Amino acid sequence: MKPFGYERPVDLAAAVTLLAERPDARVLAGGTNLVDLMRLGVERPGLLIDVNRLGMDGIEPMAGGGIRIGAGVRNSDLAGDIGVRTAFPLLAEAVLAGASGQLRNMASVGGNLLQRTRCLYFADTSKPCNKREPGSGCSALAGSSRELAVLGASESCIATFPGDMAVALSALGARVEFQTERGEHVVDIDDFYRDPGDHPELDTTLPPGAIITAVHVPGLPVSARSTYRKARDRRSFAFGLVTVAAALEVDDGIVQGVRLALGGVAHRPWRARRAEAELVGRPVAVAAIERAIDAELSEARPTPENAFKVPLVRRLVTGTLLRLAAEDGR
Amino acid sequence: MSPSEVRPNSAPSSSIALSVNGRERALEVDNRASLLDTLRERLDLTGTKKGCDHGQCGACTVLVAGRRVNSCLTLAVAVEGDEIVTVEGLSDGDRLHPVQQAFLERDGFQCGYCTPGQICSTVGLLAEAKKGWPSHATADVSHVCGPEGVTLDENEVRERLSGNLCRCGAYANMVPAVLDAQAAERR
Ligand SMILES: Cc1cc2nc3c(=O)[nH]c(=O)nc-3n(C[C@H](O)[C@H](O)[C@H](O)COP(=O)(O)OP(=O)(O)OC[C@H]3O[C@@H](n4cnc5c(N)ncnc54)[C@H](O)[C@@H]3O)c2cc1C
Ligand code: FES
Ligand code: FES
Repeated sequence: MKPFGYERPVDLAAAVTLLAERPDARVLAGGTNLVDLMRLGVERPGLLIDVNRLGMDGIEPMAGGGIRIGAGVRNSDLAGDIGVRTAFPLLAEAVLAGASGQLRNMASVGGNLLQRTRCLYFADTSKPCNKREPGSGCSALAGSSRELAVLGASESCIATFPGDMAVALSALGARVEFQTERGEHVVDIDDFYRDPGDHPELDTTLPPGAIITAVHVPGLPVSARSTYRKARDRRSFAFGLVTVAAALEVDDGIVQGVRLALGGVAHRPWRARRAEAELVGRPVAVAAIERAIDAELSEARPTPENAFKVPLVRRLVTGTLLRLAAEDGR
Repeated sequence: MSPSEVRPNSAPSSSIALSVNGRERALEVDNRASLLDTLRERLDLTGTKKGCDHGQCGACTVLVAGRRVNSCLTLAVAVEGDEIVTVEGLSDGDRLHPVQQAFLERDGFQCGYCTPGQICSTVGLLAEAKKGWPSHATADVSHVCGPEGVTLDENEVRERLSGNLCRCGAYANMVPAVLDAQAAERR
């Protein structure tokens, strides 16, 4: 690992100033992704700016039943929070489906949003990868792509965003709050993540020098009946192959409101807006759900290795929505 | 680079005080040093093991401020001032910690390499259960439990201990050890 300096600024303003001064710096939160990537030689910062003692660790109510989750809140504290568990069960479930008890104690909300892809070639500095080394090529296109994207990918990158929490936040229409030298900004999670296009080195639209300060989750009646499901190679402590965050409101067997986001299928958490639009006003039945999913998947471009994800999405979403509807009837 | 160009925050090492098992230790650490390597190589606390160095196996689990963490992904410089407890710090003199006792009685290990991590992880997970935290194995995350916290069962233990791998496959005896330890804690 390359030697680096270490600073623990006393407040957010000092941290933002230091980050602006030092383009070679990286922000250190839980370190569970950054330290790992530094050890692999993928990240080579000259300075770490530790943001763990800036007091960004509260969960506060917002107007309209929403909450503001500080960027420094640990994943385990978020999933343990009783307000989150009752108002936004899909969010608690998504966090609990990720990583291990130890890692969730370390991982922060901000770091979780910015975790990098688990594409094998991104982590292997001996192989070409446009995300790690722009212009070097994509090894996954003709290589190992079982875990990789089926939606929204490009000729230059088929990596997937690997996280769970952000998929639930995407379904909820959360907003990301961050600070730069020019002040405070808030952006919709849909505009925070991006498709790879010709610039797969950029996972998000977060500008250089920004420090994430919080996530805003709006109060939504539909989120009270919600869940997160994750299909993976082993029952625990594994990244998802396909995941679903869903919230459903049904009246007399007819969908009144629905939120749906997919994980493990794209460069970003994939909000399934087409499927949502197809579902509203329709009965909660297998045929209607499958039609909605097929609309969402109409532009899927799987590789031979990950073609299984397409039927997996269909089955996982159908099962998840039917289960939520059955709970509604209780 | 001439010395005058070296900014203070670019110094590659830091002078810190670590509190380990109740003792303050003053150290000059390379900023790159993990807590795991610092414990083992600088403080001679070799109970904590290195399996993968990537957060994937749990062999390096220790308690920082009462919470279980992977010491391989923790930088020593970042935990300055926090209370750190390793497997060496659990017993009360010759009296084993109830979790150690339960692992011994249930034969919850074979070669023992993963055991310090399993034991520290169990101490952490029992505290999490006591706080009422649900897990991926919990049927209803919105359920609020009583003051005793979550009563663990086999499924809950398997899920909550899934961050600790055991190459010997001694899981079958660890599960009852963890259940015994929770029962002992509640007596
Ligand atoms: C073995 C293993 C298994 C895992 N399994 C899963 C899983 O199943 N599901 C899942 O979702 N995740 C999983 N993870 C990933 C884990 O959730 C992330 O590593 C973690 O959430 C990152 O948070 P952190 O605070 O540790 O971030 P760090 O590692 O500290 O930082 C990550 C990135 O975010 C930047 N950053 C951090 N905070 C801020 C901020 N406030 N402002 C600006 N930039 C910031 C850092 O500079 C860095 O680039 C796993 C990780 C490991 C090691
Ligand atoms: S050595 Fe830390 S998790 Fe494997
Ligand atoms: S007892 Fe040998 S690795 Fe667990």
